[in-house]
Amino acid sequence: MAQNDKLAVDVRRTYLGRAKGLGAAGSGVHHWWAERVTSVALIPLTLWFVFSVIGMAGHTQPEIAHWISHPLVAVLLIALILASFHHTQLGLQVVLEDYVHEEGQRLIAILVMKGVVYFLGLLALLAVLKLAI
Amino acid sequence: MPDVRDALIIGKRSDGTLVRRPLSPHLQVYKPQISTGTSIINRATGIAISVGLILMVWWLVAAAEGPKAFASAQGFIGSPIGLILMFGWTVALWYHFCNGIRHLAWDAGYGYEIKTSHQTALIVVVATAVLTVISWIIGLAVWL
Repeated sequence: MAQNDKLAVDVRRTYLGRAKGLGAAGSGVHHWWAERVTSVALIPLTLWFVFSVIGMAGHTQPEIAHWISHPLVAVLLIALILASFHHTQLGLQVVLEDYVHEEGQRLIAILVMKGVVYFLGLLALLAVLKLAI
Repeated sequence: MPDVRDALIIGKRSDGTLVRRPLSPHLQVYKPQISTGTSIINRATGIAISVGLILMVWWLVAAAEGPKAFASAQGFIGSPIGLILMFGWTVALWYHFCNGIRHLAWDAGYGYEIKTSHQTALIVVVATAVLTVISWIIGLAVWL
Protein backbone atom coordinates (compact mmCIF):
# COMPACT_ATOMS: atom_id res chain seq x y z
CA MET A 1 0.00 0.00 0.00
CA ALA A 2 1.03 3.58 -0.64
CA GLN A 3 0.87 4.27 3.08
CA ASN A 4 3.69 1.79 3.74
CA ASP A 5 5.86 3.21 0.93
CA LYS A 6 5.58 6.62 2.51
CA LEU A 7 6.62 5.25 5.89
CA ALA A 8 9.72 3.71 4.31
CA VAL A 9 10.70 7.03 2.71
CA ASP A 10 10.21 8.99 5.91
CA VAL A 11 12.08 6.54 8.13
CA ARG A 12 14.98 8.95 8.73
CA ARG A 13 12.67 11.24 10.68
CA THR A 14 11.82 10.47 14.28
CA TYR A 15 8.29 9.34 15.04
CA LEU A 16 7.85 12.37 17.28
CA GLY A 17 8.95 14.63 14.44
CA ARG A 18 6.51 12.88 12.11
CA ALA A 19 3.68 13.20 14.61
CA LYS A 20 4.36 16.90 15.14
CA GLY A 21 4.53 17.44 11.39
CA LEU A 22 6.43 20.70 11.68
CA GLY A 23 9.20 19.92 9.17
CA ALA A 24 12.43 21.82 8.62
CA ALA A 25 10.75 25.24 8.66
CA GLY A 26 9.42 24.59 12.16
CA SER A 27 5.93 25.73 11.26
CA GLY A 28 4.68 22.81 9.20
CA VAL A 29 2.42 23.65 6.29
CA HIS A 30 0.85 26.63 8.04
CA HIS A 31 2.25 29.31 5.72
CA TRP A 32 1.35 27.36 2.58
CA TRP A 33 -2.12 26.52 3.87
CA ALA A 34 -2.89 30.10 4.99
CA GLU A 35 -1.90 31.34 1.52
CA ARG A 36 -4.37 28.85 -0.04
CA VAL A 37 -7.22 29.63 2.37
CA THR A 38 -6.88 33.39 1.83
CA SER A 39 -6.67 32.91 -1.96
CA VAL A 40 -9.93 30.93 -2.00
CA ALA A 41 -11.62 33.61 0.12
CA LEU A 42 -10.29 36.28 -2.23
CA ILE A 43 -11.94 34.75 -5.32
CA PRO A 44 -15.51 35.92 -4.49
CA LEU A 45 -14.32 38.96 -2.49
CA THR A 46 -12.18 40.29 -5.36
CA LEU A 47 -14.95 39.82 -7.91
CA TRP A 48 -17.40 41.62 -5.62
CA PHE A 49 -15.03 44.48 -4.74
CA VAL A 50 -13.64 45.21 -8.20
CA PHE A 51 -17.00 45.21 -9.94
CA SER A 52 -18.63 47.21 -7.12
CA VAL A 53 -15.93 49.89 -7.25
CA ILE A 54 -15.89 49.97 -11.05
CA GLY A 55 -19.66 50.44 -10.93
CA MET A 56 -19.11 53.54 -8.80
CA ALA A 57 -16.36 55.12 -10.91
CA GLY A 58 -16.43 58.90 -10.49
CA HIS A 59 -18.88 58.85 -7.58
CA THR A 60 -18.52 61.47 -4.84
CA GLN A 61 -17.48 60.96 -1.22
CA PRO A 62 -21.05 61.07 0.24
CA GLU A 63 -22.10 58.33 -2.20
CA ILE A 64 -19.10 56.14 -1.30
CA ALA A 65 -19.60 56.83 2.42
CA HIS A 66 -23.26 55.86 2.10
CA TRP A 67 -22.28 52.62 0.31
CA ILE A 68 -19.78 51.67 3.04
CA SER A 69 -22.27 52.55 5.79
CA HIS A 70 -24.30 49.50 4.82
CA PRO A 71 -23.32 46.72 7.32
CA LEU A 72 -23.08 43.99 4.66
CA VAL A 73 -20.76 46.14 2.52
CA ALA A 74 -18.64 47.07 5.54
CA VAL A 75 -18.26 43.44 6.63
CA LEU A 76 -17.37 42.32 3.11
CA LEU A 77 -14.79 45.13 2.91
CA ILE A 78 -13.32 44.09 6.27
CA ALA A 79 -13.15 40.47 5.08
CA LEU A 80 -11.48 41.62 1.86
CA ILE A 81 -8.94 43.72 3.78
CA LEU A 82 -8.09 40.90 6.21
CA ALA A 83 -7.75 38.28 3.46
CA SER A 84 -5.88 40.46 0.97
CA PHE A 85 -3.34 41.97 3.37
CA HIS A 86 -2.72 38.59 5.02
CA HIS A 87 -2.23 37.02 1.57
CA THR A 88 0.02 39.92 0.53
CA GLN A 89 2.44 39.56 3.44
CA LEU A 90 2.56 35.76 2.99
CA GLY A 91 3.36 36.16 -0.70
CA LEU A 92 5.94 38.92 -0.28
CA GLN A 93 7.60 36.86 2.48
CA VAL A 94 8.30 34.09 -0.04
CA VAL A 95 9.68 36.63 -2.52
CA LEU A 96 12.08 38.01 0.11
CA GLU A 97 13.04 34.49 1.26
CA ASP A 98 13.98 33.67 -2.33
CA TYR A 99 15.99 36.77 -3.15
CA VAL A 100 17.54 38.06 0.09
CA HIS A 101 20.24 35.50 0.78
CA GLU A 102 21.97 36.91 3.86
CA GLU A 103 20.11 35.68 6.94
CA GLY A 104 20.16 38.91 8.98
CA GLN A 105 19.15 41.06 6.03
CA ARG A 106 16.42 38.58 5.16
CA LEU A 107 14.98 38.70 8.67
CA ILE A 108 15.01 42.51 8.69
CA ALA A 109 13.52 42.73 5.20
CA ILE A 110 10.67 40.36 6.10
CA LEU A 111 9.90 42.13 9.39
CA VAL A 112 9.91 45.58 7.75
CA MET A 113 7.70 44.31 4.91
CA LYS A 114 5.23 42.74 7.35
CA GLY A 115 5.14 45.91 9.43
CA VAL A 116 4.36 48.05 6.37
CA VAL A 117 1.72 45.65 5.01
CA TYR A 118 -0.05 45.29 8.37
CA PHE A 119 0.13 49.07 8.92
CA LEU A 120 -1.57 49.70 5.56
CA GLY A 121 -4.13 46.99 6.32
CA LEU A 122 -4.94 48.59 9.67
CA LEU A 123 -5.34 51.99 7.99
CA ALA A 124 -7.80 50.53 5.48
CA LEU A 125 -9.62 48.70 8.26
CA LEU A 126 -10.01 51.82 10.40
CA ALA A 127 -11.22 53.83 7.39
CA VAL A 128 -13.96 51.29 6.75
CA LEU A 129 -14.93 51.11 10.44
CA LYS A 130 -15.09 54.90 10.68
CA LEU A 131 -17.48 55.09 7.74
CA ALA A 132 -19.48 52.06 8.85
CA ILE A 133 -20.11 53.03 12.45
CA MET B 1 32.28 24.54 5.47
CA PRO B 2 30.79 27.58 7.21
CA ASP B 3 27.32 26.10 7.52
CA VAL B 4 26.26 22.46 7.78
CA ARG B 5 23.33 23.17 5.48
CA ASP B 6 25.88 23.76 2.72
CA ALA B 7 26.35 19.98 2.66
CA LEU B 8 22.94 19.70 1.03
CA ILE B 9 23.74 22.08 -1.81
CA ILE B 10 27.20 20.82 -2.76
CA GLY B 11 27.04 18.49 -5.76
CA LYS B 12 29.52 16.71 -7.99
CA ARG B 13 29.94 17.26 -11.71
CA SER B 14 30.44 14.18 -13.92
CA ASP B 15 34.19 14.96 -13.99
CA GLY B 16 34.29 14.77 -10.21
CA THR B 17 34.74 18.45 -9.43
CA LEU B 18 32.57 19.92 -6.72
CA VAL B 19 29.86 22.40 -7.61
CA ARG B 20 27.54 24.49 -5.49
CA ARG B 21 23.99 23.69 -6.60
CA PRO B 22 22.01 26.76 -7.65
CA LEU B 23 19.55 28.22 -5.17
CA SER B 24 16.22 29.72 -6.17
CA PRO B 25 15.88 31.60 -8.50
CA HIS B 26 17.75 29.05 -10.61
CA LEU B 27 17.21 30.92 -13.86
CA GLN B 28 20.72 30.06 -15.00
CA VAL B 29 20.00 26.33 -15.31
CA TYR B 30 16.37 26.28 -16.43
CA LYS B 31 15.43 26.70 -20.07
CA PRO B 32 12.64 29.29 -20.29
CA GLN B 33 9.31 27.55 -20.85
CA ILE B 34 5.63 28.52 -20.82
CA SER B 35 5.42 27.40 -17.20
CA THR B 36 8.46 29.56 -16.34
CA GLY B 37 6.81 32.56 -17.95
CA THR B 38 3.43 32.14 -16.27
CA SER B 39 5.15 31.58 -12.93
CA ILE B 40 7.37 34.67 -13.19
CA ILE B 41 4.40 36.79 -14.29
CA ASN B 42 2.39 35.40 -11.35
CA ARG B 43 5.05 36.62 -8.93
CA ALA B 44 5.52 39.94 -10.71
CA THR B 45 1.77 40.64 -10.74
CA GLY B 46 1.57 39.67 -7.07
CA ILE B 47 4.19 42.30 -6.25
CA ALA B 48 2.44 44.83 -8.50
CA ILE B 49 -0.92 44.24 -6.78
CA SER B 50 0.77 44.67 -3.39
CA VAL B 51 2.03 48.10 -4.47
CA GLY B 52 -1.40 48.87 -5.91
CA LEU B 53 -2.96 48.19 -2.50
CA ILE B 54 -1.44 51.52 -1.40
CA LEU B 55 -3.87 53.18 -3.81
CA MET B 56 -6.79 51.23 -2.32
CA VAL B 57 -5.76 52.28 1.19
CA TRP B 58 -5.47 55.91 0.08
CA TRP B 59 -8.93 55.70 -1.54
CA LEU B 60 -10.53 54.27 1.64
CA VAL B 61 -8.71 56.62 4.03
CA ALA B 62 -9.64 59.61 1.85
CA ALA B 63 -13.27 58.51 1.89
CA ALA B 64 -13.12 58.33 5.69
CA GLU B 65 -11.43 61.73 5.88
CA GLY B 66 -14.08 63.66 3.96
CA PRO B 67 -15.20 65.06 0.59
CA LYS B 68 -12.10 67.21 0.02
CA ALA B 69 -9.55 64.45 0.60
CA PHE B 70 -11.68 62.05 -1.41
CA ALA B 71 -11.90 64.45 -4.34
CA SER B 72 -8.10 64.71 -4.51
CA ALA B 73 -7.70 60.89 -4.35
CA GLN B 74 -10.39 60.52 -7.02
CA GLY B 75 -8.67 63.27 -9.04
CA PHE B 76 -5.37 61.40 -8.99
CA ILE B 77 -7.01 58.13 -10.03
CA GLY B 78 -8.77 59.96 -12.87
CA SER B 79 -5.55 61.67 -14.06
CA PRO B 80 -3.55 60.21 -16.98
CA ILE B 81 -0.94 58.71 -14.60
CA GLY B 82 -3.69 57.41 -12.32
CA LEU B 83 -5.52 55.78 -15.21
CA ILE B 84 -2.31 54.12 -16.48
CA LEU B 85 -1.66 52.81 -12.94
CA MET B 86 -5.26 51.59 -12.67
CA PHE B 87 -4.99 49.86 -16.03
CA GLY B 88 -1.77 48.12 -14.98
CA TRP B 89 -3.36 47.22 -11.67
CA THR B 90 -6.45 45.64 -13.30
CA VAL B 91 -4.28 43.62 -15.71
CA ALA B 92 -2.07 42.44 -12.83
CA LEU B 93 -5.05 41.70 -10.58
CA TRP B 94 -6.96 39.67 -13.17
CA TYR B 95 -3.84 37.75 -14.19
CA HIS B 96 -2.98 36.87 -10.59
CA PHE B 97 -6.67 36.05 -9.98
CA CYS B 98 -6.91 33.65 -12.96
CA ASN B 99 -3.48 32.10 -12.51
CA GLY B 100 -4.20 31.77 -8.78
CA ILE B 101 -7.20 29.59 -9.62
CA ARG B 102 -4.87 27.59 -11.91
CA HIS B 103 -2.51 27.15 -8.95
CA LEU B 104 -5.39 26.02 -6.71
CA ALA B 105 -6.31 23.38 -9.32
CA TRP B 106 -2.68 22.16 -9.24
CA ASP B 107 -2.81 22.09 -5.44
CA ALA B 108 -5.91 19.91 -5.69
CA GLY B 109 -3.97 17.56 -7.98
CA TYR B 110 -5.37 18.56 -11.39
CA GLY B 111 -3.80 19.86 -14.58
CA TYR B 112 -0.21 18.60 -14.32
CA GLU B 113 -0.04 17.22 -17.88
CA ILE B 114 2.25 19.45 -19.96
CA LYS B 115 -0.42 19.77 -22.64
CA THR B 116 -3.08 20.64 -20.04
CA SER B 117 -0.83 23.19 -18.34
CA HIS B 118 -0.16 24.87 -21.70
CA GLN B 119 -3.91 24.99 -22.35
CA THR B 120 -4.65 26.45 -18.92
CA ALA B 121 -1.85 29.01 -19.44
CA LEU B 122 -3.60 30.14 -22.62
CA ILE B 123 -6.96 30.23 -20.82
CA VAL B 124 -5.40 32.41 -18.10
CA VAL B 125 -4.02 34.89 -20.65
CA VAL B 126 -7.31 35.08 -22.58
CA ALA B 127 -9.40 35.35 -19.38
CA THR B 128 -7.11 38.14 -18.12
CA ALA B 129 -7.67 40.07 -21.35
CA VAL B 130 -11.44 39.48 -21.28
CA LEU B 131 -11.84 40.48 -17.61
CA THR B 132 -9.66 43.58 -18.12
CA VAL B 133 -11.66 44.70 -21.15
CA ILE B 134 -15.00 44.06 -19.38
CA SER B 135 -13.79 45.97 -16.30
CA TRP B 136 -12.80 49.00 -18.38
CA ILE B 137 -15.94 48.99 -20.52
CA ILE B 138 -18.10 49.05 -17.37
CA GLY B 139 -15.82 51.52 -15.59
CA LEU B 140 -15.65 53.99 -18.47
CA ALA B 141 -19.38 53.65 -19.17
CA VAL B 142 -20.15 54.58 -15.54
CA TRP B 143 -17.47 57.27 -15.32
CA LEU B 144 -18.04 59.16 -18.61
